[in-house]
Amino acid sequence: MYAFQYRRPSSVEEALELAAADEEAKYLAGGMTLIPALKHRLSSPSQLIDVARLAHLQRCERIDGDTQTLWRIGAAVRHAEVAAHPGLAQDLPALTALAAGIGDPQVRARGTIGGSVANNDPAADYPSALLALNAVVITNRRRLGAQDFFQGMFSTALEDQEMIFAVEFPIPKRAAYAKFPHPATGYAMAGVFVAQHLAGDWRVAVTGVGAGVFRWVAAEEAIAAGDPVPALERDDLMEDMHAPGSYRAHLASVMLAKARGELAGGV
Amino acid sequence: MKIRLIINAITHEVEVEERTLLADLLRDQLGLTGTHLGCDTSQCGCCTVHLDGEAVKSCTMLAVQAAGCSVLTIEGLAQAHADTRSGFESIDSSRERSSLASEEAGQALEVHPVQAAFAACHALQCGFCTPGMIMASADLLRRHPDPSDEQILEGLAGNLCRCTGYVNIVKAVKQAAAQMQTLAAARSGQ
Repeated sequence: MYAFQYRRPSSVEEALELAAADEEAKYLAGGMTLIPALKHRLSSPSQLIDVARLAHLQRCERIDGDTQTLWRIGAAVRHAEVAAHPGLAQDLPALTALAAGIGDPQVRARGTIGGSVANNDPAADYPSALLALNAVVITNRRRLGAQDFFQGMFSTALEDQEMIFAVEFPIPKRAAYAKFPHPATGYAMAGVFVAQHLAGDWRVAVTGVGAGVFRWVAAEEAIAAGDPVPALERDDLMEDMHAPGSYRAHLASVMLAKARGELAGGV
Repeated sequence: MKIRLIINAITHEVEVEERTLLADLLRDQLGLTGTHLGCDTSQCGCCTVHLDGEAVKSCTMLAVQAAGCSVLTIEGLAQAHADTRSGFESIDSSRERSSLASEEAGQALEVHPVQAAFAACHALQCGFCTPGMIMASADLLRRHPDPSDEQILEGLAGNLCRCTGYVNIVKAVKQAAAQMQTLAAARSGQ
């Protein structure tokens, strides 16, 4: 690791001030991706601003609106906390099950939703949930729909020093997530999040298969029409030593069928 | 940077570089070499310790992130268990504690029930992964006091053993669970 300074501000305001004064600073939450990157010297921030303990980022609350009920999950809420949250399990069991399947217990005890979303690993689990559930990412500057937030492999709409405060999930009519995990890392070889929203429309989001999380629009249309889902076709399929793109595309179909089988009431 | 943290119930004030890993602080500065560094890429779990009661991988955490926290390593596990069980009463419960006879030393070593079960079930061969396995097992038994095979394998998903094939590890966790429940029942019946 290159040398850096470590700061642990006591408020969001203080964290933002520290970041504003140093354009080479980075926010640190659970560190499950950032620390390995630092160890490999892939990143050399001047300063790490530890936001993991900020109370403002640790809330997990249900917001009852007139037409739509939401869950707002703070950026520093850890995977283990989402996995074990009774209220969330009631309203969004697909999300708590997804969190329970990230990495391993030690990783879930440290990793946070904000960190996962900001990193946007093309095989991470959370981005598929955000995209399929039409979630909104709330930062210190704005509200961003998941569709606009995720911009391909490890890329997001976040600007320099912009901080994620929370992610807001509308409760769908029903949803399910299925993934084929890489046996060593737990990352998705293919992960498919399927959701039917209150208005009846369908969303299917796929992770681990392309150059970043994406909506599988042909599958959404087929499900809505009651037609068989066609094979996944894309020109940015992920190819690596673990699997060719064609295998991952096939896995996506298998995981979609599995997720649909788990939907309450079936399809 | 100077940090203060509790390690195995003792408050330490140590000077560390910001980039020092928690595992390196424990091993190199404090001599607690029971915490092993295996892969150094947060896959193998040999470096598992408890941070404020939860299992974490100390090779993927900065020592400065643990400032103000309580860290438990394999060296402190048996004592922490004994302290939890005896609470604030005078410690007369030491005779109930699991003990592992050390014939060479001619005396009983105090060990945690998970440690005793790993030895009894031959849940290790080379032993390199064992401190991490035991810390992860103790954490999973906190969450699942009477775990199924599936819960044990899921709870140990972050720990790799290249010798045993896991069969005896699962057996040891089950034996430890039974032992801990017996101890808890005996205690609540007092």
